[in-house]
Amino acid sequence: MTRISVTVDGVESTDEVEPRTLLVQYLREARGRTGTPVGCDTSNCGACTVLVDGRAVKSCALLAVQADGREVTTVQGLSNGALHPVQRAFHERHALQCGYCTPGMIMAAVDLLRETPDPTEQEVREGLEGNLCRCTGYQNIVAAVRDAAAELRGAS
Amino acid sequence: MTATQDTGTREVGTARRRKEDAHLITGQTTWTDNIQLAGTVHAALLRSPMAHARIRVDVSAARNEPGVVAAYSGADLADELAGLPSAWQVTPDWVAPEHKPLATDEVRYAGDAVAVVVADTRAHAVDALDAIEVDYEPLPVVLDMERAMADDSPLVHSDAGTNVCFRYSDTFGDVAGAFADAPLHITRRYVQQRLVPCAMEPRSVVVAPVPAAGEYTVWSSTQIPHFVRLFLALLTGVSESRIRVIAPDVGGGFGSKLDIYAEELLTFTLARKLGRPVKWTETRSEAFQATIHGRDQIQDLDLACDADGRIRGLRVNLLADMGAYLQLLTPAIPLLGRAMFPGIYKMDAYEFGCVGVFTDKTPTDAYRGAGRPEATFAIERLLDELAAELHVDPLEIRRRNWIRHEEFPYDQIAGLTYDSGNYEAATARATELFDYAGLRAEQARRREAHDPVQLGIGVSTYTEMCGLAPSRWLGDRGYAGGGWEAASVRLLPTGKVEAVVGTSPHGQGHVTTFSQIVADTLGVPFDDVEVVHGDTAAAPAGLDTYGSRSLAVGGVAVWRAAQRVRDKAKTLAAHLLEVSEDDLDFDGGSFAVRGTPGATKTIQEVAFAAFAAHSIPEGFEPTLSADFVLEPDDFSFPHGTHLCAVDVDTETGRVTIRRYVAVDDVGKVVNPLIVEGQVHGGLAQGIAQALHEIAVYDEDGNLTTGTMVDYTPPSAADLPSFTTDRTETPSTTNPLGVKGVGEAGTIASTPAVVNAVVDALRPYGVTDVPMPCTPERVWRAIHEAQGGTS
Ligand code: FES
Ligand code: FES
Repeated sequence: MTRISVTVDGVESTDEVEPRTLLVQYLREARGRTGTPVGCDTSNCGACTVLVDGRAVKSCALLAVQADGREVTTVQGLSNGALHPVQRAFHERHALQCGYCTPGMIMAAVDLLRETPDPTEQEVREGLEGNLCRCTGYQNIVAAVRDAAAELRGAS
Repeated sequence: MTATQDTGTREVGTARRRKEDAHLITGQTTWTDNIQLAGTVHAALLRSPMAHARIRVDVSAARNEPGVVAAYSGADLADELAGLPSAWQVTPDWVAPEHKPLATDEVRYAGDAVAVVVADTRAHAVDALDAIEVDYEPLPVVLDMERAMADDSPLVHSDAGTNVCFRYSDTFGDVAGAFADAPLHITRRYVQQRLVPCAMEPRSVVVAPVPAAGEYTVWSSTQIPHFVRLFLALLTGVSESRIRVIAPDVGGGFGSKLDIYAEELLTFTLARKLGRPVKWTETRSEAFQATIHGRDQIQDLDLACDADGRIRGLRVNLLADMGAYLQLLTPAIPLLGRAMFPGIYKMDAYEFGCVGVFTDKTPTDAYRGAGRPEATFAIERLLDELAAELHVDPLEIRRRNWIRHEEFPYDQIAGLTYDSGNYEAATARATELFDYAGLRAEQARRREAHDPVQLGIGVSTYTEMCGLAPSRWLGDRGYAGGGWEAASVRLLPTGKVEAVVGTSPHGQGHVTTFSQIVADTLGVPFDDVEVVHGDTAAAPAGLDTYGSRSLAVGGVAVWRAAQRVRDKAKTLAAHLLEVSEDDLDFDGGSFAVRGTPGATKTIQEVAFAAFAAHSIPEGFEPTLSADFVLEPDDFSFPHGTHLCAVDVDTETGRVTIRRYVAVDDVGKVVNPLIVEGQVHGGLAQGIAQALHEIAVYDEDGNLTTGTMVDYTPPSAADLPSFTTDRTETPSTTNPLGVKGVGEAGTIASTPAVVNAVVDALRPYGVTDVPMPCTPERVWRAIHEAQGGTS
């Protein structure tokens, strides 16, 4: 067992974890942040995407111990009361159906827009390449991300 | 009559944003795997790496591993675990081998489960699997359907004495006459490759027992909570009334969660044995092997035509891969396509034959479209080939053969009555949006210029059958159950409404759609309607979600139940206002005495009066609630015209979709936003079959495309934007005029894309590219065609 301290959605906690525990398992099982789901066991689907120190990371591709001392934001910590513009745009644009890919998709989009505030359609498509959605065909996701981009640019 | 004509409100037809979204975009979800009950133990399964072998399993060492609570082989549980059900006996003499949740003496596909470990944590359960000793004595493997049918083939089930599950055939019209001296035949073999559904949420089951009471609560990531309850009761002997099944948030299904799975029965049995909550969650790697696959059909087709391209008759012979066992609907899936091979076309005769074959592979079952995509692909590919043969535009060849809009209702050759449709209108709109003429002109120029990147244009004018299904129709075809759907609507004392429905969504937006229907019917605000679903304790009656039935069957049930509530409210309103019911108008949620301004009762006032019951007419039952169980009259038949333009790089074989136009006619639309979303998602899956996905087995029967990397479901970067539009020809088989949209995009798009790819390559002599049309396959098709002609 290894002792780690991780801030998750603004709350710091110190826990004992097995060295092999994945960050996503730690989030879900030790921290109760079940809003971040698991879609695969090969780090390909992106469903588990969270922000670690502000950067999008597949939380199944990181060990919990690697998050020691860092700050993790999940979809549950993205909004402070009001929805984040990306969340709002997903709702407005019907960018989710079953919603299983949605937490990861939203977190990946937040990071994408940090790096590329005014992405073209193609940039959004390529930027989200690591996040699979089986329901939507992506078109409304792309539209939502671009809507959110416009709103975020307007706000800054 | 439609719901909008019932009241002054106008929810139906509005692009309401979904009520479902709020918890999904904030992570406040209840996926089955999120459920963590005190005292839960975790199950993990050991799966066979061999496709066919005799097994001896010894789990005793696993019992000593850290955290292990129990470990069992299939043989250990043989007496306690019943075989899994297959509910659709397609022929009287079908072969339906026993299908135990854990293999007892033989494994028959790679991924067949041989043992289970239960431990305090998931990690401990998985670790302990390593301690299980299994002796695999290899048996010959059969993977190819034609090989499996040979007399000397190894057998998947040796006691069955055959690999043939069933043989089915049907003829309509004078087939011999239609085929005799037909001047033109289009004879083709098409292969519907095996697909993996890949719902993003892996399956998961939690079973919590109350041992002293003999009661069980089951959470399962399923499309069919009511079926799960029924079959758990049938298979375990526990009364249905003591089993509560909850389908909480479910992360996609596409047919893959329309099943009674080994792990559901196993988890239930373990919880019963151990007297504590047991949880099992699939890994994605397991899902690739242990969740059903789709399609996998070889189609031999013969289209007999007159010299001018008028279709005389169609012969279809299918080989359909069952995989190693029959799941819930496995043998019926290819037969659900039986009546759809004729598509939208008139013909004099039709012959259909299908042989279901066992192989040492994962069982197949319903995958989005379930038999209809395969049928539509066949006929739409044949029509393009016919057009090429006659040097006629593919749209023109369709016009010569399709049912004209004034001919509806139309009794088609395979015995279905198409109630409504307007293929001309959908095609006109699609060609306009697509700039069909402009793209054809560009294609001619690029052909002329020998552009190494050729433009191809593909057409698909599909129809499909939705709204499974009239119960008698199902019974006539050997299905054990019915096709009705149930709803209850309750106007609560506060004037809010609860609609309890028997279908439950896994992304389709039932809550929003049904709220719109109820809001219109009762004249209440959209936000005042709650939709309750997916829990057999709250919604005890229902037949669940599949076959694009939720709106066409379930939605109509909701509407009729709401009408009953409104009628009852009217009776009470008349009593309260001391007039006859005939003197009341209902508009905008208010009953008004005609000609007496101010004499009104809102439906909310009536709701409270019904609750208080201080003043009610003789014989009036207090409270305002009503049930309705709808038995569908018939199917509905969405249709549409999809046009696809692709650029095909003849040097690399790379296919790029340049334009995709989908004009669908799904009848009356309740929520255009949701309908469009369903079309988008359907297109993505249909395109994935055309261009991206295939389940490949090596010669030993190992699935070599067993991860997302190898199987390559398309990402956003692999797909284009779609142009979608609709025509609206109401269905006449249900009073809402709705048809169904969940599968249309998938059914239509696969042939549109492949037709486009082949069209691009016709100058090279290519007449087919096997799916998926990957660069390698396209390149090979070009080179083979060139080799053949030079
Ligand atoms: S669960 Fe992390 S990428 Fe799939
Ligand atoms: S919304 Fe279902 S996987 Fe994306």
